[in-house]
Amino acid sequence: MASLVDKTAVAAAPGLRGLPFTLVLIAIGVAIFAIGRWYNNSYAFFMAYVVAQYIVLGTAWNILGGYTGYVNFGVTAFFAIGAYSTVVLHKLIPAMPLPVMILIGGSLAGLVGIGTGYLTLRLRGVFFSIATLALAVVVQTLITNWDFVGGARGAYVLRPRVAPLIGGEYVQYLFLLMLGMCVIVLATARAIERSALGYGFAAIRDDEAAAEASGVPTLRLKLIATGLSGGFMGMAGAPLPFYVTYLDPASGFSLNYAVNAIAMPLIGGTGSWLGPVIGAVLVGGLQEYLRVTISSAVNVLVAGVLMVTFVILAPQGIVGLFQKRKR
Amino acid sequence: MDGSANLLINAIVSGLLLGGFYAAVSVGIAISFGLLDIVNIAHPAFILLGSYAAFVGNTVFGIDPILSSVIALPVFYLLGMLSYQVYYVAFERRDDQSLRGLSFFFGLLFITEVVLVLTFGVDYRTVQAPYIGPSISLGLFDLPLRLLVPFLVAMVMVVGLQIFLSRTFIGRAVQAVAQDQGALRLMAADPVKIKRIAFGLSIATAALAGACLIIIQPVEPSIGREYIGRVFAIVVLGGLGSFPGMVIAAMTLGIAESLTATFFGPSWAPAVAFGILLITLAVRPSGILGR
Repeated sequence: MASLVDKTAVAAAPGLRGLPFTLVLIAIGVAIFAIGRWYNNSYAFFMAYVVAQYIVLGTAWNILGGYTGYVNFGVTAFFAIGAYSTVVLHKLIPAMPLPVMILIGGSLAGLVGIGTGYLTLRLRGVFFSIATLALAVVVQTLITNWDFVGGARGAYVLRPRVAPLIGGEYVQYLFLLMLGMCVIVLATARAIERSALGYGFAAIRDDEAAAEASGVPTLRLKLIATGLSGGFMGMAGAPLPFYVTYLDPASGFSLNYAVNAIAMPLIGGTGSWLGPVIGAVLVGGLQEYLRVTISSAVNVLVAGVLMVTFVILAPQGIVGLFQKRKR
Repeated sequence: MDGSANLLINAIVSGLLLGGFYAAVSVGIAISFGLLDIVNIAHPAFILLGSYAAFVGNTVFGIDPILSSVIALPVFYLLGMLSYQVYYVAFERRDDQSLRGLSFFFGLLFITEVVLVLTFGVDYRTVQAPYIGPSISLGLFDLPLRLLVPFLVAMVMVVGLQIFLSRTFIGRAVQAVAQDQGALRLMAADPVKIKRIAFGLSIATAALAGACLIIIQPVEPSIGREYIGRVFAIVVLGGLGSFPGMVIAAMTLGIAESLTATFFGPSWAPAVAFGILLITLAVRPSGILGR
């Protein structure tokens, strides 16, 4: 945990742009993984995987929600599309390497995002939000009625005992892949923030009519954001079947994923790539602590209560609190 | 008579009755989203609270479920006024409805669900009443009282609210808020106060709708989510804020779902609302009776 916080401190230093930033992220990722290998505790890997997964999910949500202001409540739909595409691919071609499955799952989820966006993003933002809420229900209905992936009964996926390439337990491999996705999604988010794309997103968020009038191609930008955001969510979901080994619609579409993915950026701060990371590390860590010490019912409540508290009392999140102090 | 025709007629009749109940579920959203422009996605959570209020009144005190929700009405009204006050101070006044306001209601939805799970568990809960079970047979089709009673309650509620909105001073003020807040302020009326009353009313409808829900089907904390797609599909299809449009849309959805459940299986029914919602948004976002 501490090393993840260090990472943000290092990367926030001025003068790092693009490639150096990515290299620093990779170096931090390698360092975290090396520490994990040295510590060699499988519980630590299982827990770190969850936090890394939420960094990806939270950042993915923030690319659309935080940067353009369009709220996606259907996180579970995209996440589950990734997870279930792995179930299907694993059944069809058992030998397919997991990174390929992640790419396919991510592409599928991204396409669904673009499709939903194309139908609803021309209207006011709330209609998109409502459509995503309904999308989660509809994808769940489809999966529940699809016998090939186990239907309502769920599907079992055998986790290989030994990790490919790196050796050791398979969860280490899952964690390494999730770390890699963290690097990709964070580098993408930061690159967007500093590019013309990011300024276009911000213009949409602040005043869409004015942006449209000034020649910003709003629909195209919104579709890019929705596609990227949905795609990253699908990627985050793709390794899930191997992580849980048993996947049924009720757990794959658990509202917890959606609440966490939305709560973490809002708690950390939606303005920059740093916010979702802080939110995921703090809330993810806190939830894991509460799950172990109190109960699993209380730990899911935490994200919801914290989210409501933060949106009312600290709308700019933790990052905003610190920025205010600096001024 | 041919069996499948009989099946068809029964499916349409139960769809109509179900649609009446859907109108009761959606009328709160028609007020909050349609008239006040508050996207209260937590409304289904309030409906579930209503179901559990009826459940407690029925099992603990032995009162009729609808009567217990009538008793709970004032509490729900106050709860609604309180929610609006928080929403106004934290989001509407800051002009931050879209991102954080929506997330606020999403958080409320989730918190209510988890609290209900912690209080009542995840088991399905039912209520007891003399009209659950028997049905009136009218030759061609059956009228199950379990569906007929909620249908009647819903119609009384929707018609009553329509009369309230069009005939009384406060009701007209609510419609004025929907049209032009600034003008209302110039008439020396406080739009925030009017909206607080209207939002209180919209949450109060959830108490009755909740009682209808638990009469129609057993209830567990997470089924509220199924209703999010439904209520918004109905309100959008009906043309935001139009009550007659909403009732027509609710019956359309009820029949469509009932036919889907009869001919394709009940597990497909939740997808119908989403299809209708997407088509409406893509083809005619102003709804069938839109302004």
